[in-house]
Amino acid sequence: MTPLTPPPIDYAAVAPLLIVLGAACVSVLVEAFLPRHQRWPAQVALSVVAIVVAGVTLGVYAGDAPAQGVITLGSTMAVDMPTLFLWGTLLVLGFGSLLLIADRSVEPGGAFVASALERASAGAAPGSTTGPSGVDPEHVDRSYGAPGDAPTMQTEVFPFTLFALGGMMAFVAANDLLTMFVALEVLSLPLYLMCGLARRRRLLSQEAAVKYFLLGAFASAFFLYGVALLYGYAGSVRLSAIAEAAVGTDRSDALLFGGLALLIVGLLFKGSVGPFHTWTPDVYQGAPTPATAFMAACTKVAAFGAIARVLYVAFGSTRWEWRGVLWAVAIASMVIGAVLGLTQTDLKRMIAYSSIAHAGFLLLGTMAITQAGTSGTLFYLLAYGFTTIAVFGIISLVRTADGEATHLSQWAGLAKRSPLLAGVMTFLLLALAGIPLTSGFTAKFAVFSAALSDGMAPLVVVALVASAIAAFFYLRVVVLMYFSETPADGPTVSVPGAFTTVAITLGVVVTLLLGVAPTLVLDWAGAGGFTG
Amino acid sequence: MSPMLIILLLVPVVGALLMYPLRHNVPAAKATAMATALLEFVLVVVIWVGYSPAAAASGTRFQYEFSVPWIPAFGTHLAFGIDGIALVLLALTAFLVPGLMLFAWAEKLPEGRTASGYFALLLATEATLVGVFTATDVFLFYVFFEAMLIPMYFLIGRFGGPNRQYASVKFFLYSLLGGLIMLASLIGLYVTSGNILGQGTFTWSELQSIAHQVPESTQIWLFLGFFIAFAIKAPLVPFHTWLPDAGAEAPIVAAVLLVGVLDKVGTYGFLRYTLPLFPEASRTMAPLVITLAVIGVLYGALLAVGQKDMSRFVAYTSIAHFGFIALGTFAFSSQAFAGAALYMVNHGLSTGMLFVMVGLLVARGGSRLISDYGGVAKLAPVLAGCLLLAGMSSLALPGTNSFVSEFLVLVGSFPNEPVATIIATVGIIFAALYILWFYQQTMQGPVRGQAVLNSLEPVGGPGAMIDPAVAARRGGGFPDLTKREIGALAPLIVVIVVLGFFPGPVLDVINPSVQATMTELGLPDPVPAGGIAR
Repeated sequence: MTPLTPPPIDYAAVAPLLIVLGAACVSVLVEAFLPRHQRWPAQVALSVVAIVVAGVTLGVYAGDAPAQGVITLGSTMAVDMPTLFLWGTLLVLGFGSLLLIADRSVEPGGAFVASALERASAGAAPGSTTGPSGVDPEHVDRSYGAPGDAPTMQTEVFPFTLFALGGMMAFVAANDLLTMFVALEVLSLPLYLMCGLARRRRLLSQEAAVKYFLLGAFASAFFLYGVALLYGYAGSVRLSAIAEAAVGTDRSDALLFGGLALLIVGLLFKGSVGPFHTWTPDVYQGAPTPATAFMAACTKVAAFGAIARVLYVAFGSTRWEWRGVLWAVAIASMVIGAVLGLTQTDLKRMIAYSSIAHAGFLLLGTMAITQAGTSGTLFYLLAYGFTTIAVFGIISLVRTADGEATHLSQWAGLAKRSPLLAGVMTFLLLALAGIPLTSGFTAKFAVFSAALSDGMAPLVVVALVASAIAAFFYLRVVVLMYFSETPADGPTVSVPGAFTTVAITLGVVVTLLLGVAPTLVLDWAGAGGFTG
Repeated sequence: MSPMLIILLLVPVVGALLMYPLRHNVPAAKATAMATALLEFVLVVVIWVGYSPAAAASGTRFQYEFSVPWIPAFGTHLAFGIDGIALVLLALTAFLVPGLMLFAWAEKLPEGRTASGYFALLLATEATLVGVFTATDVFLFYVFFEAMLIPMYFLIGRFGGPNRQYASVKFFLYSLLGGLIMLASLIGLYVTSGNILGQGTFTWSELQSIAHQVPESTQIWLFLGFFIAFAIKAPLVPFHTWLPDAGAEAPIVAAVLLVGVLDKVGTYGFLRYTLPLFPEASRTMAPLVITLAVIGVLYGALLAVGQKDMSRFVAYTSIAHFGFIALGTFAFSSQAFAGAALYMVNHGLSTGMLFVMVGLLVARGGSRLISDYGGVAKLAPVLAGCLLLAGMSSLALPGTNSFVSEFLVLVGSFPNEPVATIIATVGIIFAALYILWFYQQTMQGPVRGQAVLNSLEPVGGPGAMIDPAVAARRGGGFPDLTKREIGALAPLIVVIVVLGFFPGPVLDVINPSVQATMTELGLPDPVPAGGIAR
């Protein structure tokens, strides 16, 4: 019997991933052993430190990383330039989301609770809709609590976030399909749970969690089935092995393309690409807003990072075979997102449909198997993520006594009461619509020009028409905020705590910078291609 | 590398930003805005003085050039520069804005809106217009082209008439749709240039130099994208339906900027972008454009006759005028080009003045309906006289500015497009018809019309149906122009008359650039230069 030799590990390359996952494990221990009142500060500090340290490690490594990337951990991980960019994107977006998640001042006690009972003990009497009464909200919100104080927040959300983030990082770096599947589960399971933790409108939140879980389980099954077929075809789950097997072979293509179809369905589901989008509006609406921000920004990055890698590395040589189908998917996604978005009356659902349309745009970039396509997609993901986090941060600020005021009619006349908030929101919506001098425009330009030069002119025209349609619903919010009269019982705009302020500011500044001076980030995104 | 154009761009931006800290101090805000606009005008005068038509004639395409790389990955530059056509449009913009601010000085704003916001948006509009006219990088041009929408959208939506929400959204969506179609062409142009040069570029002169190498079929697709965007902006029939709504609902000052300058971006785009960058496609598509232009001339005129609302009336007359400009642009002779370029300026002046007169009338009568007025000339002779002058300028009476340009367009278009020119000439008759009819309805005859009669009722007198406060402000009469209003109108009147007799200085600036455009188009000039255009 030959002794098992462990594969060599390039620890420097995978250090950011290890740090995040390690911190997630520590975070579980913190949850288990620290007294309740110490958990929130400890968890926040741990998560922030973990993400910052991981980011610094990544930055140090990326400074002199080999341009062609390294393949390590027994060839299950490919740490190449796109991986590094996506890791960086995930870390900064995760950081922004974490700030929203950690905030306890906008929603007294934080947006996350596990049961209605805890909500009650946090201050609001059961059945009451008026929030904490009789208790000085300042006291409930801000104090980290003396021993014996009521719990203010479900701090399990921090290990969830870290595990999900670690899963996403592994997902975009996975060099074989089995690793990808494991990473998919690691990132998905915490997200399902996070969806169900909303402090307000709990039924909606739990419905979202169940829906996301059931549909997500289906998607995982599709993915796994696809992996099985591809293994049958290529005899390996390595992406590059599949690409090699597909070249010059007389094996039946049915397994290859059947496998790809099932695999890609699983991935498109995660990326909320139409027509696999049906979970998106419900989950975005029901989940606590910080969790929605995390999902909308980071999950999209992870899903499209993986899609781009799979298509580029494993299926690049057969692109003329499958591209037609993805054309149809992209058109469906753009049209569904843009047209159904018009009919929405809830802001979070509207942003959900907007994300479906954006997923269609992103698919254009991933379909272009060129360097420009890859870098355009990467840039788009970063730009879109920041804008989205800031949008959800703003949404979490507009509140009635009953929680967030997400119905569109409640936003009428907001510019009068809070010109700053309305101005920022307008800017972000213009970015989503892709108006020049915002990151949305630069990103769209990068992706569309890549698509056009790879022979997808008709798709680009469809995409631009869809952008014009989608602009209408973004504009509707602007019209409501600026040109409509305020209803008598309109919502109030909370003064954001430091965390939310930082998150929103970060999103807005990046959205502006990437619109005005995107050169640096474009260079990073274009530093190198996928290796397999 | 001259920083002048950057300064020209930044001055109104800074002015607009200054409105925010001054938002609670309305007089200071107004004074700052006015100072900014005047400074801008002075800068344009300096630039005009320094602009050398001789250098332009000897082959310098752009002057005051400034260029730094912007996004190397896309091959874009922050590149600015002006030719003669851009210069006169800049001058038009900088000339109109201070006067418009004077009219907006005492304008009653909708409840909850501040004057500082109003003036900030006016300055922001001016800044984007400067950007559009000075950009020599197609990407940069596109950025300003789209950015231009936003301040105008807020001007209409926040400060406009009763139906402003509908009008502003319609305006925005129409323009955005056009802009996005243009973006498709823009990307296509970039990719095409990359195929030819090996490295994609957006620099106008580089794109122009390879324009003739692009296959015609590609050119036609790219042309269509730009054309639709400009046709919506201009607007040409059948893309015009947003203009009457936007023009009618916008506050008068914004309407002047919108119809007088912003819409010129469309026709300017034809001259600067579609013709030189897609020369073969422009020739192939010219019959289509000319047909639309002639239809526009007649259709706009006919609809103007049928309007009940004064603002919509002016908007429709503009559609007719845009038809003339488009005709001149696609007739491919240097005279017609010069005429079209001059027409842009003149139309901005004459329609601007017409809009202003309508605004002054509406401010007195409180109604936009033509039928609510009659015999105003008896009560307010100066106002009536100014309105008449604006109307005469609009119908291109000899001696006013518009005559020169309309004549040049028709004479220049005739050699290449005799049939279209003859039909368009009929439009002149219609123009006389609708202007005179409008003047007669509102100004002449016995004093009549609900708005006029209401304002004549003494305060609290028998049958007084109007708000006493309003009547008091009017002084229980139909007042003539105030000194401030006359002061604001005077420069406009002077320019209209002077340009009617001495268009030379402006034509001298325009002509070398027009010749350059002819060369870029690569077509023989049916009427050699230096003919009537001088």
